[in-house]
Amino acid sequence: MEIPYTVEPRPDSGLPNGKLGVWLFLASEVMLFGALFSTYILLRVGAVEWPHGELNVWLGMVNTFILIASSVTMVLAWAKLKLHDFKQGRLFLLITVVLAAVFLVNKYFEYAAHFARHEGPDHSTFLAIYFTLTGLHGIHIIGGIVVMLYLAGPGARLWHRNAEQYTNRIEYTGLYWHFVDLVWIFLFPVLYLL
Amino acid sequence: MHSDPAVIQKAIRKYLAVGALLFVFTGITVAVNQVHLAVPFAITVALIIAITKGSMVASIFMHLSDEKKWIYGSLILTVVFFITLMLLPNLTVSDTIGTTSPYTAAAERAAAKAEK
Repeated sequence: MEIPYTVEPRPDSGLPNGKLGVWLFLASEVMLFGALFSTYILLRVGAVEWPHGELNVWLGMVNTFILIASSVTMVLAWAKLKLHDFKQGRLFLLITVVLAAVFLVNKYFEYAAHFARHEGPDHSTFLAIYFTLTGLHGIHIIGGIVVMLYLAGPGARLWHRNAEQYTNRIEYTGLYWHFVDLVWIFLFPVLYLL
Repeated sequence: MHSDPAVIQKAIRKYLAVGALLFVFTGITVAVNQVHLAVPFAITVALIIAITKGSMVASIFMHLSDEKKWIYGSLILTVVFFITLMLLPNLTVSDTIGTTSPYTAAAERAAAKAEK
């Protein structure tokens, strides 16, 4: 039995099921990160002192540039597939994966520098919320990489069977990926600058 | 989004322009941070820039500027709950249930003094 409304929109919502599903998932993600941002505010407002300059602003800025660039390549992958250019679409998807991996490598160096100074999550309230927020965000990056690698590899066979459905899958992955970028856009000033 | 190649080519130019703007805004955020402004002002500026950048990603890259009402509906609900979440710290701080307010305590002290 075929799953309905993977390409054509449902008559009641006007959307394919996958798109509405991804947006509802993102709504739950907003609440997950929202709870942690709320925790951050509560901890910060209640703290007698809040550390400044503990994080490497330049590395954080480079990672912000990397994630923004990855968002651009992700949306370009989808646009190229809309133009029926599978080769370029997949190329942009793989560039997004590489940028995501570079982000994680930078994050590894940041974490390693902290642990080398014995500054783990138990060192201070600030570092506890820093590792929680960036760790959760990092897990989301890893999740995105896994999905994109699948779509660029074995999942790409779908393009030859149903190009429109494959393009939709790239769009949904893109929605998730832009959300991950959006979270970082707020994490960077909140943790690194303020 | 239309499948018309001309429309998509135009959209690609828009994505690249938005990407460049996001780079510029990130640079401005860091530059403002280097100036060492007063904390409340620095927080306001950084959050305004972050909200601008976030809106650009959501409206252009995630195509929210041109979506169906079901998605807007689910997002409005999310915004309502998100604002509630953000207000929780304030509600926690202003929660006086089980504690005596300073005004009540002062009134009680005054009443006890008057009785003596």
